[in-house]
Amino acid sequence: MFQQVATLFRYRLLIQSLVGRELKARYRGSILGFFWSFINPLLLLLIYALVFEFVFKDAKAKEPWFLFLFCGILPWTWFSSSIAESAGVLIAGGNLIKKVLFPAEVLPVVSVLTNFVHFLLGLPILFLFLAFKGHLHASALLLPLPILVQLVFTIGLALIFSALTVHFRDLQDILGHILHLWFWGSPILYDYGIIDGAFRMVLRFNPLAHVLVSYQQMLFDGAFDHWSGLFCAALCAILIFALGSFLFERLRDTLAEEV
Amino acid sequence: MTAPAILAVDIAKVYRRFLHKNQFKTLKSALLTGSLLSDLSPDQTFTALDGVSFEVPTGCTFGVIGENGSGKSTLLKLLAGITKPTRGSLTVNGRISALIELGAGFHPEISGRENVAINGIMLGLTRKQVDDRFDEIVDFAELRPFIDAPVKTYSSGMYMRLGFAVAIHVDPEVLLIDEVLAVGDEAFTRKCLDKIGEFRRRGKTILLVSHSLGLVEKMCDEILWMRRGKKADQGDPKRVVDAYLTYVAGGEEALLAREHGHAPAEQPEAAPSPDGHGPYREGRWGSREIEIASVQLLDDRGQERHVFVPGESLTVRLRTRAEKPIADFVFGIGLFTADGVSVYGTNTHLEDFVPRRLEGDGDVAFVIDDIQLVEGTYLLDVAAHRRDGTPYDYHRGLYSFRVKSRLKDVGVHRPAHRWTFGGGVDVEAPVPRPELDLHDDGTPDAQ
Repeated sequence: MFQQVATLFRYRLLIQSLVGRELKARYRGSILGFFWSFINPLLLLLIYALVFEFVFKDAKAKEPWFLFLFCGILPWTWFSSSIAESAGVLIAGGNLIKKVLFPAEVLPVVSVLTNFVHFLLGLPILFLFLAFKGHLHASALLLPLPILVQLVFTIGLALIFSALTVHFRDLQDILGHILHLWFWGSPILYDYGIIDGAFRMVLRFNPLAHVLVSYQQMLFDGAFDHWSGLFCAALCAILIFALGSFLFERLRDTLAEEV
Repeated sequence: MTAPAILAVDIAKVYRRFLHKNQFKTLKSALLTGSLLSDLSPDQTFTALDGVSFEVPTGCTFGVIGENGSGKSTLLKLLAGITKPTRGSLTVNGRISALIELGAGFHPEISGRENVAINGIMLGLTRKQVDDRFDEIVDFAELRPFIDAPVKTYSSGMYMRLGFAVAIHVDPEVLLIDEVLAVGDEAFTRKCLDKIGEFRRRGKTILLVSHSLGLVEKMCDEILWMRRGKKADQGDPKRVVDAYLTYVAGGEEALLAREHGHAPAEQPEAAPSPDGHGPYREGRWGSREIEIASVQLLDDRGQERHVFVPGESLTVRLRTRAEKPIADFVFGIGLFTADGVSVYGTNTHLEDFVPRRLEGDGDVAFVIDDIQLVEGTYLLDVAAHRRDGTPYDYHRGLYSFRVKSRLKDVGVHRPAHRWTFGGGVDVEAPVPRPELDLHDDGTPDAQ
């Protein structure tokens, strides 16, 4: 695991320029270009505002509900896009792995980091609305903690899925459904606090749920008391990262042949 | 001489033959034992390399030749570190740059400029190094007007040129080249070769895989010949290329004969084709009433040599033996390029010598005062026959020599010539390039 971290650090310049390239390439040819990174979350936010302010007026547990939703959706989008992208990234980059001496783990990490940048660019939009609605609290300063936990967790899973997909192409199809299920199994469209019974137990074992609750408390509620949950999620993230590194290392030599 | 640039000891590479069978079983074994192959039976695997050992000294230009499927590319991938050998050990000292797939990391949507930066970093440069070399790279690729256009708008030639330019400017200590010199037009290929020549002069190690035997032979100090995943031969370019050509043209029988160091058995059915037409296969035939017992290639000091430079003299000395006196005899010489094209042929009959008598041991010398040949390997026919052509002893292509030249002119023959310029044509006289002096040790000095 430490070796993996060292490798990633050694290739930081490469990772950095590849992330830059992905960001540039994504908006190349569109008129608004890089502004899409801001416009996308803004439009998403407006849609939720529209739906919950005018359509499902009674479904609201907190006010303003759309802002609460957005505190969960933004990190979730980062997570799910990263995982979905990294699953195919080794196959798409097959030419690099097969023909050039290229550290394969860089590719899933670049996927995660590219989406991380989109997430970071979405944050100012969120902050703007939070301030507008009077929900910007000092607890938002704790935000780097859940971000770090989510980063490690996502990279770990990205390593696992990217390496496994090379061997089991079926994963790419299944993954969409796994992520969909995971979405509903995470407190995004509902409040973690009001869930009890068996489903609460399920949520407890979802590390991402604790990360999302942390975001929501820090940004929306303004009072963070989910320390134990975030701590468990952090442990779990390190575990997943270690597992991902191990798996990737084990499968590394087969990647160039199977891609 | 320091440690070798590349040291391969008994390396083998085994691939799975069927990629999509038994996935579950093998993935489990991959996770548990770290190998995908351990529980596969031999018929499910394919051995691409089988126990190959060799050493490439630092500063050596090393060629690898062989038929398709002989394991050349696998070897290159192992050297580049893209895959690991199944067995054996492989050590490479120094930074490697592999010209295997040019422009492999290019992203079609972004500009040539950005791709150069990223590709350079991918190949191990720092950002500053990329910036410093950027102009050089672009000028080398001749893409200055297009460098800010997305790479997807490039033609395949432009794409390759940019890829080559980046890879060659990484300034590696060890350069691996896989058949990529055919990327551009004549002028660009020439430029690539010049660049590679510059690498050689600077003492870098180059490993070159190519089907272009002439090129390999010209450029390399040593050649490895791969056959079905094994090392077939290694050593002097001329000798190995000859052996390879022999193998390809004449099959293994002739090769074995050559490996064992004696001439092949007589092949009376293989009629000589005096004018050099027809397939060129080495061999020996004739009645042996006159026997050519030995053939030597000598330089102007009478030393036996196999490498010559233009301007030197070359003597072909035959020692003949005949049990009974013979009055009808002709000695002939034929000179061929490595691919069997006749360069020159003559005999004593054509030149109006009248035979009188030949008996016992004899001596015949054919002296070329000035070899005006371009660089390459040449094969030699020597023969003793009757005036009507009936052979006594015909040696076809059994002897070869190599011409090395500083001047990279092309063709076969170098007619004595000079240039004159007049009127509005003004040229600077070239810096004289002295030919190599081979007298001391019989091998060309390192460039």
